[in-house]
Amino acid sequence: MNKLQLSSLYQLTMVRFRLFLREPEAIFWIFFFPILLAVGLGIAFRNRPADVLQVGATTVQLTQALAADKGLTATTVDEAEGTHELATGRILLLAIQRADGVAYKYDDTNPDARTARLLADRAVQAAAGRQDAVQAGNELVHETGARYIDFVVPGLLGMNLMGSAMWGLGFAIVEARQKKLLKRLVASPMPKWQYLASFLLSRLAMLIIEITFFLGFAKVAFGVPFRGSLWQLALLCLMTSLAFSGLGLLVSSRAKTMEAVSGLMNLVMLPMWILSGVFFSATRFPAVIQPVVRALPLTAAIEAMRGNMLQGTGLGQMMPQVGLLAFWFLVPFLVSLRIFRWR
Amino acid sequence: MSEGLGLVETGARVVAQGIGPSLLLRGVRKAFADVQAVDGLDLEVARGECFGLLGPNGAGKTTTIEICEGLTAPDEGSVEVLGLNWRTGAGELRQRIGIQLQETQFPDKLTVEETLRMFRSFFKHGISVEESIKTAQLEEKRKSRVGGLSGGQKQRLAMATALVGDPELLFLDEPTTGLDPQARRHLWDLVDELKHAGRTIILTTHYMDEAERLCDRVAIMDHGKVIALGTPQQLIGTVGGEDIVEFAVGEFDDSRASSVTDSPVSGARPGAPRVEALLAIPGVHSHRVDAGLHQLSVSQLHLAVPRIFAEIAEQGLHLSEFRTHSATLEDVFVRLTGRNLRDE
Repeated sequence: MNKLQLSSLYQLTMVRFRLFLREPEAIFWIFFFPILLAVGLGIAFRNRPADVLQVGATTVQLTQALAADKGLTATTVDEAEGTHELATGRILLLAIQRADGVAYKYDDTNPDARTARLLADRAVQAAAGRQDAVQAGNELVHETGARYIDFVVPGLLGMNLMGSAMWGLGFAIVEARQKKLLKRLVASPMPKWQYLASFLLSRLAMLIIEITFFLGFAKVAFGVPFRGSLWQLALLCLMTSLAFSGLGLLVSSRAKTMEAVSGLMNLVMLPMWILSGVFFSATRFPAVIQPVVRALPLTAAIEAMRGNMLQGTGLGQMMPQVGLLAFWFLVPFLVSLRIFRWR
Repeated sequence: MSEGLGLVETGARVVAQGIGPSLLLRGVRKAFADVQAVDGLDLEVARGECFGLLGPNGAGKTTTIEICEGLTAPDEGSVEVLGLNWRTGAGELRQRIGIQLQETQFPDKLTVEETLRMFRSFFKHGISVEESIKTAQLEEKRKSRVGGLSGGQKQRLAMATALVGDPELLFLDEPTTGLDPQARRHLWDLVDELKHAGRTIILTTHYMDEAERLCDRVAIMDHGKVIALGTPQQLIGTVGGEDIVEFAVGEFDDSRASSVTDSPVSGARPGAPRVEALLAIPGVHSHRVDAGLHQLSVSQLHLAVPRIFAEIAEQGLHLSEFRTHSATLEDVFVRLTGRNLRDE
């Protein structure tokens, strides 16, 4: 046994690591849950090829004119039947032949119906012999980085770092307090700071596995882009994890029961799940509450990680977010060192 | 290491242990909210002694031992442990004492060996993890998880965590509470072994037999105060006789059940023997009544008992119950407080 293995900091850290790995539920929540979530969201919000729109027409000539457009499929119906199909959503637009021309019946609040209106009119005019005044061609672009999955992966990463740090510290500490293990430890010559440091160190080791696993999956399965420096991304993940470890320590520094700490955890995390822009942009909230939204550590973490991954923004341009994360680590950590209840 | 060096080390250890007491408490008081848990305690425990704090639940034993362990600060009074105090010498003291607390639960998912390896890493000097496992007789369980251990094995693991630092002074807080009789005897043997290795041991218990079996000296505590202090033999001696005679009497030839109900309707009142006559019997030292049961402390049982029988017959009373036992610390507690130890 070498000197490192005899040191108390090493032993405490290894104990944390072992206890984590021997808890199968924790492994599911930290490693597999975010991946399942990403897969689910990736499928739900995948970008489909442009749809072909269903339309109806009252005469066979009109139907043929409409069907000439690649973006439309047309069926011939009488006006009453067509109106019914419109109401039930089977067709988006009904083209009606009138004596003086063509009338389009559609819902102008439905974007797809408006598109159908444009395509239908273009097809009808072309069939009647209208010529394009300007020759136009298309260059199609399907850009990675602008898809929903690209947006949501940094959000899920931030949310996962928050959850694993807070639950990991909070439950372990309160359990040790409840079982009088904390009291037994302070009755031994163990340096108190090492006990708290062992949580941060084991978190760091787990963090490496956790983010490599999740981001690796996002890259392989969805081709999520990594435009910024990977080292800076790693540093951001580390700071995020430290900030939430500090908060987790603070939340669990006095609580005596699992119920109490669970309640406090949810109280701290729930506002961030909603406000911090995990699933949609935090800028959608009204201006009045923006100062609150911007001060939350998860908002800063997710913004910085999106900046790094999607825009390739350097750390130098994200100092407000980095500073906020450092603040959220230091202040709760120092406060909890003072108020921590060892028995 | 050569023999000569070994000798030097033994010498150094003697110097380190010093000659003063292991533990010295003077005027210690501690209150929690409205309860005076410890109420002016003076104690002195010599090096190498096995000292017992005995008393019912709530007597202040645990508070006292936690004050000695530096886990609770006293409101008043001075505490000196191994010649040091907790304000200035905490770091050194923690290295030199071993502690087993009531109701510590070690993590279920660690093995015995991993738990001990962690505790060993806190101490600068101490015995090897293997040695502590052997002392606590947990060899077969070294790779087992703590969650799968029996109550006795968990308690021996707690002892092992207290021993890994090779402490000069060992605190054991109710080490056998909640264990079955076999596990208790097993743990007593372990404490015996530690005693013979020359460590000072301070233990709390509410079991009389445990204190009599293990302790060189005992302090009986009640309501935060020491009400008796001495060797178990000395304390039992204060009862006045080596044996206790217990009996119940009735005036009529009735079953004991009705004779103790004290019911005026049935007329079967418990008899009232004339106490002066009983106390006049040679060898009878004292008398008390507890729930209809008369207790006499007696020496020279074989001579006194026939005379007690004769006296009761002479008073026209009928014996409905009669038994004797050797005086124990329980009787000391009863004599001092008028209560049984496990009444609460």
